[in-house]
Amino acid sequence: MSTPTVYKDLEPDETYAFKPEDLEEDEMILNMGPQHPSTHGVLRIELKTDGEVVKDSRPHIGYLHRNFEKHAENIDYQGVIPFTDRMDYVGSMANSLSYAVAVEKLMGIELNERVQSIRVLVSELQRIASHLLAIGTYGMDIGAFTPFLHAFREREKILDLFEWLCGARLLYNYNWVGGVSHDLPEQWTDRTRVFLDEFAPVIEELDQLLSHNKIFTARTATVGIIPPELAVGYALTGPNLRGSGIKWDIRKEDPYCGYEKYEFDVPVGQGRYGPIGSCWDRYYVRVEEMRQSVRILRQALDVLPAEGDVHESVPKRVKPKAGEAYGRTEAPRGELGFYIVSDGSLVPMRVKGRSPCFVAMSIFHEIAKGEMIADMIAIIGSLDIVLGEIDR
Amino acid sequence: MALKRPALEAQITNALSAAVIAGAAGALVLIAMIPTVAGLIREQLGASLSPTMASVASAAIGVGATVFLITQLPIFLIWLERKIAAHIQDRLGPMRVGWHGVLQSFADGLKLLFKEDIIVDGADRFLFKLAPFVTVMGAFAAFAVLPWGDGLVISNINIGLLYAIAITSFGAIGLLMAGWASNNKYALYGGMRSAAQMVSYEIPTAIIILTIVMQVGSLNLQDVVVAQQGGFGNFTNWFIFRLHFGFLPLNMIGFIVFFICGLAETNRNPFDIPEAESELVAGFHTEYSGMRFAMFFLAEYGAMFFVSALGAVLYLGGWSGPFVSGPISLFFKSLLLVFVQMWLRWTLPRLRVDQLMSLCWKYLIPICFVVLIGVAIAGVIGS
Repeated sequence: MSTPTVYKDLEPDETYAFKPEDLEEDEMILNMGPQHPSTHGVLRIELKTDGEVVKDSRPHIGYLHRNFEKHAENIDYQGVIPFTDRMDYVGSMANSLSYAVAVEKLMGIELNERVQSIRVLVSELQRIASHLLAIGTYGMDIGAFTPFLHAFREREKILDLFEWLCGARLLYNYNWVGGVSHDLPEQWTDRTRVFLDEFAPVIEELDQLLSHNKIFTARTATVGIIPPELAVGYALTGPNLRGSGIKWDIRKEDPYCGYEKYEFDVPVGQGRYGPIGSCWDRYYVRVEEMRQSVRILRQALDVLPAEGDVHESVPKRVKPKAGEAYGRTEAPRGELGFYIVSDGSLVPMRVKGRSPCFVAMSIFHEIAKGEMIADMIAIIGSLDIVLGEIDR
Repeated sequence: MALKRPALEAQITNALSAAVIAGAAGALVLIAMIPTVAGLIREQLGASLSPTMASVASAAIGVGATVFLITQLPIFLIWLERKIAAHIQDRLGPMRVGWHGVLQSFADGLKLLFKEDIIVDGADRFLFKLAPFVTVMGAFAAFAVLPWGDGLVISNINIGLLYAIAITSFGAIGLLMAGWASNNKYALYGGMRSAAQMVSYEIPTAIIILTIVMQVGSLNLQDVVVAQQGGFGNFTNWFIFRLHFGFLPLNMIGFIVFFICGLAETNRNPFDIPEAESELVAGFHTEYSGMRFAMFFLAEYGAMFFVSALGAVLYLGGWSGPFVSGPISLFFKSLLLVFVQMWLRWTLPRLRVDQLMSLCWKYLIPICFVVLIGVAIAGVIGS
């Protein structure tokens, strides 16, 4: 049998990619990626350039597609968790947490205080680690190599803590449905306190080295402007939305794991060096969020109950009743949600991931128009995308 | 047995590094001795040979010494840069090959030598092969007029500064050639950027050099050095310390402008946009591999050293140094400026191409003209 026509109609490149014959004089198509040092993964962006100016852009995604959602329909509920870790592979803790929250909502599981505090601890540590990577690589995108290694040195300390906690440094499989895989080791909290004391001055150092550097602000504070209405229109979340000055944080709006008990501010973009919603604003929201995470971590370490079984609420068999639930958390990159439909069997009928990076990437062509080639890198970096999560 | 092997390797690498350090020290001593040796040879040969032959012979010796210097310098500078970068970034850098990794550059050079020489399909083969040589030539031919000491200059021509400005521009042609011949869009962008950048930055460089020429009254680099001799400790007379009208540090401003332009002309950070690795992959040398790639590297470090040495000659007294004079003085002054270049590279982010141009045309060139007019008025009043 020949190829069904329905596929031919849906051939994406037929309508999506730029056609050479549509180019005007002086215009050129530049393929940025999929093998490019600064697209933060295997992202390919077609740029229609006129000299250094980008007239239009077309992101092509899917190079890292691993069929997560279909896989999830064939594995039991617990078994999905390692796959969620591999979505946003620099923020694994946040992914599995989001999935666990969704399944717990579906099954109506209540958690004890200790598990909730541990989850806050690991998700805030993960947020710091993820933001360090985002900030470090952003500096490298703009041409400053040194902050990257300074940021990675600190990130390593967090990975050491995670390794001590659950044996893995990148993909943890730590947040289970109804609990966490391991209780905190002895003295782990003390070591975390030491880390926080060491880390707080590093943020100030980073500010001096990179954030307020004249060249850095000149490169980032006037490009990639996302006005607040546009940010809402494209359903951006996380630092990308807050960079445009909109105070929206799932930890405040729809608290989970007892976030309502902690005191912290939601930093938003101030437009300090240029229009509000610029790359610099998004970058600086992340810096400020690290400060807030340190605050939350100190409180979480204080309120952590000494007693409590982390496996207390873990069900023997995860078999929710037929129904559906949408659980969401504030992952480092924005609202990460899982919409789960259950038909009452041992495997989920449907798992849909709402990925913040995918949404953030959809605004790219809008803000990239008219900027220069070097700004493409600045914009991609400021959106802080992870291709594992976009493609899933 | 397995335990003995690292010890043996360590011995070999230690011996090699000792040899390299001794060689470097020996080279320095040799450079320091060149004036005496050259004088001796001139005396000896001058008696037996015709004047033409004598000048040819001394030129040959100078060329030999300079070629040795400029081929060995980048190897040392690359190691230095890696160590400086590492220590700025809180790590150790090369540590395995030799004492603190001094042999790392040799190992890398050897690796590059054995690498496959790839010329991509669709490349302009002739220009692709020619480009690295043009770039290296531009960077290294400039050393011909660099005065290393009294009478110690390969070619003591009376338009030395003009020659230096002209010959360093060759680098831009090489980079443009490489970018065009690669048949790669990123390389083309890199080549175009480098051409635009170098041509723009030559204007403030030339104007600022003109201010020195006005103060010296000669384009000869040897005259520039001689004009800065004298004063306390043989350094208070340097142009960088000279004030105009008794209070205006015009030459200090000139030196800063010259240094910024030097950074831009050698494509160093924060002006390294032609090879901006996060934007253009590797810029003009994206498609180059093996020794051809190494040629660009050699040229970059050679140009870096030359710009620093020129800055030292123009503003820091050249070879007539604080307390001691001679090649050693110039060498360490240049090395100091090279260090500042490296320091900046590992601290600052990169400018965008339009910001780079606006910095040049909107700020540096007006400043240059102010300095030029100030120096001119001071000269008229002074006379």
